[in-house]
Amino acid sequence: MQYEAGSYDVIVIGAGHAGSEAGLAAARVGAKTMMITINLDMVAFMPCNPSVGGPAKGIVVREIDALGGEMGKNIDKTHIQMRMLNTAKGPAVRALRAQADKFLYQQEMKKTIEDQENLTLIQGMVEELIVENDVCTGVITKTGAVYRAKTVVITTGTYLRGEIILGELKYSSGPNNQQPSIRLSEHLEQLGFDLVRFKTGTPPRVNSSSIDYSKTEIQPGDEVPRAFSYETTKFITDQLPCWLTYTNEGTHQLIDDNLHRSPMYSGMIKGTGPRYCPSIEDKVVRFNDKPRHQIFLEPEGRNTKEVYVQGLSTSLPEDVQVKILQTIPGLEKAEMMRAGYAIEYDAIVPTQLWPTLETKKIKNLYTAGQINGTSGYEEAAGQGLMAGINAGLNAIGKEELILSRSDAYIGVLIDDLVTKGTNEPYRLLTSRAEYRLLLRHDNADLRLTEIGFNIGMIKEERYNRFLLKKEAVEMEKGRLKSNFIKPTKEVQEVITASGGSELKDGIRASDLLKRPEMDYSHIQRLAPSDVELSGEVTEQVEIQIKYEGYIEKSLQQVDRLKKMENKKIPENIDYDAISGLATEARQKLKLVHPLSVAQASRISGVNPADVSILLVYLEQGKIARVSQ
Amino acid sequence: MEFDTITAISTPLGEGAIAIVRISGDEAIEIADRIFKGPGRKGLLEVNSHTIHYGHLIQPKTGEIIEEVMVSVMKGPKTFTREDVVEINCHGGIVSVNRVLQLILSQGARLAEPGEFTKRAFLNGRIDLSQAEAVMDLIRAKTDKAMNVALGQMEGRLSKLIQNLRQEILQTLAQVEVNIDYPEYDDVEEMTHRLFLEKGSYVKTEIEKLLHTAQQGKILRDGLATVIIGRPNVGKSSLLNSLVHENKAIVTDIPGTTRDVIEEYVNVRGVPLKLVDTAGIRETEDIVERIGVERSRAVLKEADLILLVLNYSDDFTAEDEKLFQAVEGMDVIVIINKTDLPQKIDLAKVKENSTSHKVVSTSLLEDKGVDELEKAIASLFFEGSLETGDLTYVSNARHIALLGQALQSISDAVEAIEMGTPIDLVQIDFTKAWELLGEIIGESVQDNLINQLFSQFCLGK
Repeated sequence: MQYEAGSYDVIVIGAGHAGSEAGLAAARVGAKTMMITINLDMVAFMPCNPSVGGPAKGIVVREIDALGGEMGKNIDKTHIQMRMLNTAKGPAVRALRAQADKFLYQQEMKKTIEDQENLTLIQGMVEELIVENDVCTGVITKTGAVYRAKTVVITTGTYLRGEIILGELKYSSGPNNQQPSIRLSEHLEQLGFDLVRFKTGTPPRVNSSSIDYSKTEIQPGDEVPRAFSYETTKFITDQLPCWLTYTNEGTHQLIDDNLHRSPMYSGMIKGTGPRYCPSIEDKVVRFNDKPRHQIFLEPEGRNTKEVYVQGLSTSLPEDVQVKILQTIPGLEKAEMMRAGYAIEYDAIVPTQLWPTLETKKIKNLYTAGQINGTSGYEEAAGQGLMAGINAGLNAIGKEELILSRSDAYIGVLIDDLVTKGTNEPYRLLTSRAEYRLLLRHDNADLRLTEIGFNIGMIKEERYNRFLLKKEAVEMEKGRLKSNFIKPTKEVQEVITASGGSELKDGIRASDLLKRPEMDYSHIQRLAPSDVELSGEVTEQVEIQIKYEGYIEKSLQQVDRLKKMENKKIPENIDYDAISGLATEARQKLKLVHPLSVAQASRISGVNPADVSILLVYLEQGKIARVSQ
Repeated sequence: MEFDTITAISTPLGEGAIAIVRISGDEAIEIADRIFKGPGRKGLLEVNSHTIHYGHLIQPKTGEIIEEVMVSVMKGPKTFTREDVVEINCHGGIVSVNRVLQLILSQGARLAEPGEFTKRAFLNGRIDLSQAEAVMDLIRAKTDKAMNVALGQMEGRLSKLIQNLRQEILQTLAQVEVNIDYPEYDDVEEMTHRLFLEKGSYVKTEIEKLLHTAQQGKILRDGLATVIIGRPNVGKSSLLNSLVHENKAIVTDIPGTTRDVIEEYVNVRGVPLKLVDTAGIRETEDIVERIGVERSRAVLKEADLILLVLNYSDDFTAEDEKLFQAVEGMDVIVIINKTDLPQKIDLAKVKENSTSHKVVSTSLLEDKGVDELEKAIASLFFEGSLETGDLTYVSNARHIALLGQALQSISDAVEAIEMGTPIDLVQIDFTKAWELLGEIIGESVQDNLINQLFSQFCLGK
């Protein structure tokens, strides 16, 4: 029996990392939103690594925060340790990573969702979408509840036709033995979506009391208080360490001996796994010259003894997993509490999406997260945020938001997905960004706060604070550019003490700062500012001045990109009517339907000559319209 | 205007008396102004549109005069492309036109793609609708043909060298990337400044060598450094005069050496020769004595082609043999001159000494054998496979330009490393060099790197 259960602006299916951001974002831009999930106890659950951030990913978290999303704030409240990575390298690649208390993380996120105005969170399993004339208008649950909505976002993660594989065992399941979503997957196929089968995996968990930590190396958090969110003011000081140990020849021999029982090599696993997250059996087979692999032992929370064995993702049979653990120093007597497993699931081919994350086939339907072929909580959250923002804005009749590759890693992520697709679970890497130097950890607020404010995601108070910071940065940069430092004895002493060569002449403070051995603290001594400046401001001033030359180069590239971004391709373009396009290019263009010439040029198989021809054709259309 | 500034040689490549190099785009006039020096005070920025001006092109850094020219300045929109256009009329011939083109490229213009002027004319609305299809066909055809030609050339040694070099850069980049994306991964050596410098300097040297040894590119850019040697009175001067008189010569003075070395450019069947130290030959005819002198050694070392002249009517002497030893391993054409006189030379000895060299007999006095000599020169360097047609030429110039830019990027990177700049910034110029080299052989970028990353290192959780 079906019944009318309610009507919303936006419905979000799923409440994982994508779903949580999507629901919150839709509600925050002003849409009446409902989130529906299979199990309310699994909101923002971390089925794999209990950690947030890292290179590229950590910057995504900062971007989510600058756009008014939740992930940064939530991890700031619930981590057990935090570290800044790549501190010895340049500013473009610094990144924060936190180990989460996975239980607290869930609880906090659930509470935030429950507290959010405009947002309803309920339990239920969606089995069908209501689609009328290729427009999505609601969802129907297993229990027959019919919910109407202006827009719908699907964030089902690895639940779609999920199957867990553990040794010779294979059974239908979502992650962590949750109920999988089978009907919805079939329904998406019936609606005409192309689905692919992907695979990912997770390592075993062991009991902390059974670990001999004396045989491992300690990995403490940073002593300096750190935070992802620009709004965080309370810092967690009581941190827990992680531990490092290694596999050895014994481990590798054991794996080798049991390869015939591995579903990876017996052919039981058909889905494509990610190269950047290989199982331990994969590592041993593919890199058999390596005498050892790193294993990090990560506590899953403050109130649990479960420890995540990072580096040991596997789908070998349970008994082999126990033996593998016993070969590793520190884990000889480890009690395995949960076995590792591989999971296969359906994902939709992401080239079926517009850059807004709306599907091309069905209007007002959006997808985000692992269902789009990505991997990782941060990638999921970034997409969830954008899908939520756009579903919300669309529902209330406002213009949608697309971030470009030069705006944010989130822009790179989504553009890669919808333009190039992916043949393995997609993970963000800093090398995927052409403008890495512009997409820094430190300037996420400068890049995105304005955008967040304009769509209602950022409150006025925070925006004003941001404007003050921006102004202070500009003022201080201006001051350093006009401040002239004379080669006095004191100045020479400071310079030589830091390993630099003496000044021959007077020099602008900004030029002195550009010397590799100088940082802002030196300048502060030689040419102090009259006003008190926060660390955030001086960090910004230092980076912007020190790397001005490189930043300038990147900005010039962005300018060229923008010109091509501004050349829009009409939705109704007929690629068959364009003579001269190479066959492969024509096929790819028809498939991807790029919105701009810039996007077209990024499709593999579309070469510069095809882009030229496309440009000529578009101009021709313009002239034709004028002459009519 | 929304396009960058482009340039190309607009006249067909051949032996015309004049050639035209065209520049189009926002910065066309500015670029021309920087390298032009007229007799008057007015710069090109101040002259009226659609006027033509006499003067010289100069190397702005050194003030060196490159070429005598007539320059037309035409401001958009009343031009072929509707953009600002400058047309430089210079002397015909590969060497001089190329120097002009290189000079313009060095000032920031980009080498035009095939059909690009026409494309712009269209995009800027100058060509009407009915011609649009034709333009698209043109782009297709020209690009394909250019690509074929480029690929044809690429199958050789140059292509292999570039691929090896790219692989070298790629491995270095993958190491940098893995340090960045997997900071805790301990299997890979941290890419230190010292290591980076080592790699960077290596790549830089290799590109320099490539620029140096890319024989075809070098021919087009500089001409083939050619040295005439032989004992006194074998006819070096006559050979020189014969080459110079048959072919229009351009004489350049290069100051700064102990005595000015004079270089003369001649074009032999499409092969531009830079005849080195011709003054020496003219003045003294004493190059044999000077073989021992340091400077002459240097001249020989720099030479791409040696014309070794023997006397048909004299014995093959120990001095001749010494000459052969001095040029061992180089590209040599042996010229047995004075065949108009009775034979005295022992041809067996000549043959014995010139195992791998081509031997040509001439009587310069009677103008005999010069044709054969010119053929020998041309075939030695073109090997009959290289056309001097437009497309071949363009793709060559393109390679040179790209190699030059790649060298610039890698030099920037090396300089930055020496300054202690963080490696992830140095990587920007490193990647740039890699992309530029990739453009030469038409390979894409991003995916490559990620593939390299995961095949080179064992990464992941």
